[in-house]
Order: sequence, then C-alpha cells, then structure tokens
Amino acid sequence: MKSAPFDYVKVDSVQDCVAALAAADGDGKILAGGQSFAPVLAMRLARPRLVVDVNGIPGLAAISVDDGRIGLGALVRHVDLLEQPHSPLLAEVAGWIGHAAIRSRGTTGGSIAHADPSAELPVVAALLDARMSVVGPGGTRVVAAGDLFEDALQTTLEDDEMIVHVDMPNPQAWGFAELSRRHGDFGMITVITALVEDQWRVCIGGVAGVPFRALESEQILADGPLDADRIREAARSAAAAVEVSSDLHASATYRRAMAEEFTLRALRQATTPTMKGVA
Amino acid sequence: MRVSFALNGRMEEIDVEPRRTLADALREDLGQTGTHLGCEHGVCGACTVMVDGRPTRACLMFAVQVDGCSVTTVEGLQSDDGKLHALQTAFSECHGLQCGFCTPGMLISAMDLLHREVEPSRERIREEMSGNICRCTGYMGIVDAVEQAAKQLNALNSTTEPPAGKTD
Ligand SMILES: Cc1cc2nc3c(=O)[nH]c(=O)nc-3n(C[C@H](O)[C@H](O)[C@H](O)COP(=O)(O)OP(=O)(O)OC[C@H]3O[C@@H](n4cnc5c(N)ncnc54)[C@H](O)[C@@H]3O)c2cc1C
Ligand code: FES
Ligand code: FES
Repeated sequence: MKSAPFDYVKVDSVQDCVAALAAADGDGKILAGGQSFAPVLAMRLARPRLVVDVNGIPGLAAISVDDGRIGLGALVRHVDLLEQPHSPLLAEVAGWIGHAAIRSRGTTGGSIAHADPSAELPVVAALLDARMSVVGPGGTRVVAAGDLFEDALQTTLEDDEMIVHVDMPNPQAWGFAELSRRHGDFGMITVITALVEDQWRVCIGGVAGVPFRALESEQILADGPLDADRIREAARSAAAAVEVSSDLHASATYRRAMAEEFTLRALRQATTPTMKGVA
Repeated sequence: MRVSFALNGRMEEIDVEPRRTLADALREDLGQTGTHLGCEHGVCGACTVMVDGRPTRACLMFAVQVDGCSVTTVEGLQSDDGKLHALQTAFSECHGLQCGFCTPGMLISAMDLLHREVEPSRERIREEMSGNICRCTGYMGIVDAVEQAAKQLNALNSTTEPPAGKTD
C-alpha cells in the first residue's frame, strides 16, 4: 500500500496550480485534504506524474455570508464547517462526515470534486443548486451543481481546472437524516431537505451515481399545507422515484423502504417547530 | 526533498521522496515507531497523530506536507521527567489496551476530544472515538479510561492555582 512515485509541487496561487496542471497535460492531479486522494494513490487506482498541493494557496479557506447566501472557499475544511455559526445545516452535515481526524484535513472543494455519490457535501450542493467557481487556463467559469456531477466519482471538470469557491443559498429551514451502519461511515442513504425562497427541496444521496433531486416530491410539498398526510405522500413519492439496486450492503427493497423512512424523518425535522432544522 | 518540522518539540530535518507518507517518515526515517500502521488508507485510526494541534491520519499525509508544522506523536505524551500522561495512566489502569496496537492512535484521538470537551458523556466518547478501531478490548475499557482521564484532568485544573503575578 504505497503510492507509485510522483513529482510534487506546492503552489501558492490558483494561477500556478492551473499552469502546473496544464503543463502536466492530463497527468497531474490536485492534492487538497488528501482524505480521498491519498487512499486512491496508496491503492494505485491512480498514478499521476505530478501532484499539485494546493494547501498553501492563501484566501481559499474563508467562509462568507451575504444576503441569505453562504460562500465557501475550496479549502474550507470539514471541521471549519462544523464550527461555523452561520449555517446550522452545514454544521450538522459536517458532523456526519467521517471522524475528527478526517474532518481536520478534508476540504469542501475536494469533497465536491471527488463526487462520491454517498458523500454528504455533494448532496448539499445538488440540493441547494450550489454554484462552483472553476478556474482553468482560459479563465473562470461558474458551474451549477446540476451541470457538475456526471456519474459516481465523475464530474465535468477538465484535468486542468480547479474549484476555487462554492456559493449557495442559506436555507430558511432544513432537515437531515442519514442511515449508516456505524458512526462515521459513508451514508447508505442520506436525505436532506431545505426551504429555499419558500420552496421545499428534497435531495437523496447514496441511491444513484449522482445526488438525486426528488422533483415530484418537491411538487407535492408545494401543492398545499404541510400536514402529516402530505409529508407522508411526499416521502412515498421520493422513494418510488429513486433508482435502487441490491448489493453486498442491502437489498433494493430495503433501500427503497429506507429512502421513504429517511425522507419522512428529514421532512419531519424540517417542519416540526421543536426540532433543530426549524429556525 | 528536504523537510523540517517540530516533532514532539524538537526540530527534525529529513530528506524524503514526495510519495513518503508522514507515518513512514516517522517510523522509518526518524525511528519513532510509536505511530502504528494498520490499514494505510485512513480507516483504522492506528496512525493518528497531531499536526498543528489537529488530529490527522499520518498515512494520508505526505511527509513533504508537514514542512514547518508541529507534529505530536505518542512519544510526546509523557512529560520530560518520564511521567505518563493522565490518559496513558488511565488506559493502563482501566484495561484500555491488550495488544496495544491501536493505543497510540486511541490516545491521540482521546487527547483531541478532551481538548475540545471538558466532560464528554460515555455516548460522546464512543461517538468521537469511532474512527479508531480496536480488535482486542471490546471498547469498554477504552471508554472507561477516557472518562477517568477527563475526571482526573478536571480535578487537576480546578486545584491548580492561577500562575502568580498575572493580574489584569
Ligand atoms: C476513513 C474515512 C472516512 C470518510 N468518511 C466520509 C463520510 O462519511 N462522508 C464524506 O463525505 N466523506 C468521507 N470521507 C472523505 C472525505 O470527506 C474527503 O475529505 C473528501 O471526500 C475529499 O476531500 P479532500 O479535500 O480530502 O480531497 P482530496 O482527497 O485531496 O482530493 C479528492 C479529489 O478531488 C480533487 N480535488 C481536490 N480539491 C480540488 C479542487 N479544489 N478543485 C478540483 N479538484 C480538486 C483531487 O485531485 C482528487 O481527485 C472519508 C474519508 C476517510 C479516509
Ligand atoms: S494506518 Fe492510517 S488509518 Fe489505518
Ligand atoms: S488493544 Fe489490540 S487492537 Fe486495541
């Protein structure tokens, strides 16, 4: 379990990072928190010629709040999200990512770029239609979450592009429910719901290659008052819409049942005044 | 590449290949074999060390990345006169270890928890220590040990006089 040899460069600006990646011509990779990339290297699932360490780039670890939106630099660590006071949803989510030693290194940009379908932050990004500022040799472009995630561990980022900033609305109310076998494991099913501009949104992680927005369920929630029946109907609709398959961890039937149960729990948390998702 | 960093309060300088993990550098280049390696991909927690005061998997960091940092390993827990840290004593008294393979990582994770929380409940201790796997003890002794160390450290803090001459 040792990485193949690579050249290492530590950059101190986004421009230098992008230039180094472009010069490596597809054979260079960014090293951020290393909490996903270092295992990939150790197992030799990747053997890049060049590793570009971005941890020394100043200014990418800031959290900003402005007019109902929250901005995260790519190097905001999971522990920073856990400890910040601006977004209770992000603090809750961060507490579910791995363990303390993972959270002290893992970054927001790294988690989104890695695009693990069971990871929490990609679900948040899809739920809130986060906008990623991406820098490449040609300049900066803004990519919406819906256009970023392609499939499990696959994004539309080019080899020489870097996510530098993530911007998303700070929801009015939210609910979070995750099923995992042991504390700190990746979720088997993660459901997050949020109220944004008076519209309820529902997004489910762990059930498909990319986070799944349950649009029919969102429509049901928009159609009338949020009583117990409507919430139950929305959860049923979300569970009916997810693509599930059987594997080592759980059968398709179990997954669908749990998608319903955890959507229900997330929606209850978001709408019950005594629970933490209600402002 | 040349790397220099503080290891348990002493400056060290080593010359490593970029792919050398911090864990391998500590063990192979610096002879500090207290940091153990189990899975080598971040899951077991045996290699957990402190980097700039935060718990970190030494198998998921490259040695070149700690240039200029301060690293604390299990070798740095005892005081200069050889007295064991309250956590080490508690692990020993509460049967928090059997083979001892997981212990260095357990101690660092426990120390991080007690830095952040003064009196964690047994449930919190289990939750926060869940990133460290032990194949021997069944965890009861480990939870007991962290609980006991927290009590001892709190008692110590409440009896210690504030340093003289510092008034504001
Ligand atoms: C034991 C363990 C348990 C874990 N549990 C969870 C969990 O429960 N939930 C969860 O979500 N995650 C979990 N993780 C993963 C962790 O959250 C990672 O931190 C995260 O997925 C990747 O972030 P990173 O900063 O470490 O990125 P890295 O590992 O450094 O990079 C990951 C990938 O993204 C690329 N990349 C990194 N930053 C950028 C950027 N700014 N722009 C473009 N590309 C970039 C890299 O080139 C690489 O391909 C776990 C990890 C471990 C080891
Ligand atoms: S050896 Fe580092 S976590 Fe297992
Ligand atoms: S004491 Fe043997 S692994 Fe924990």
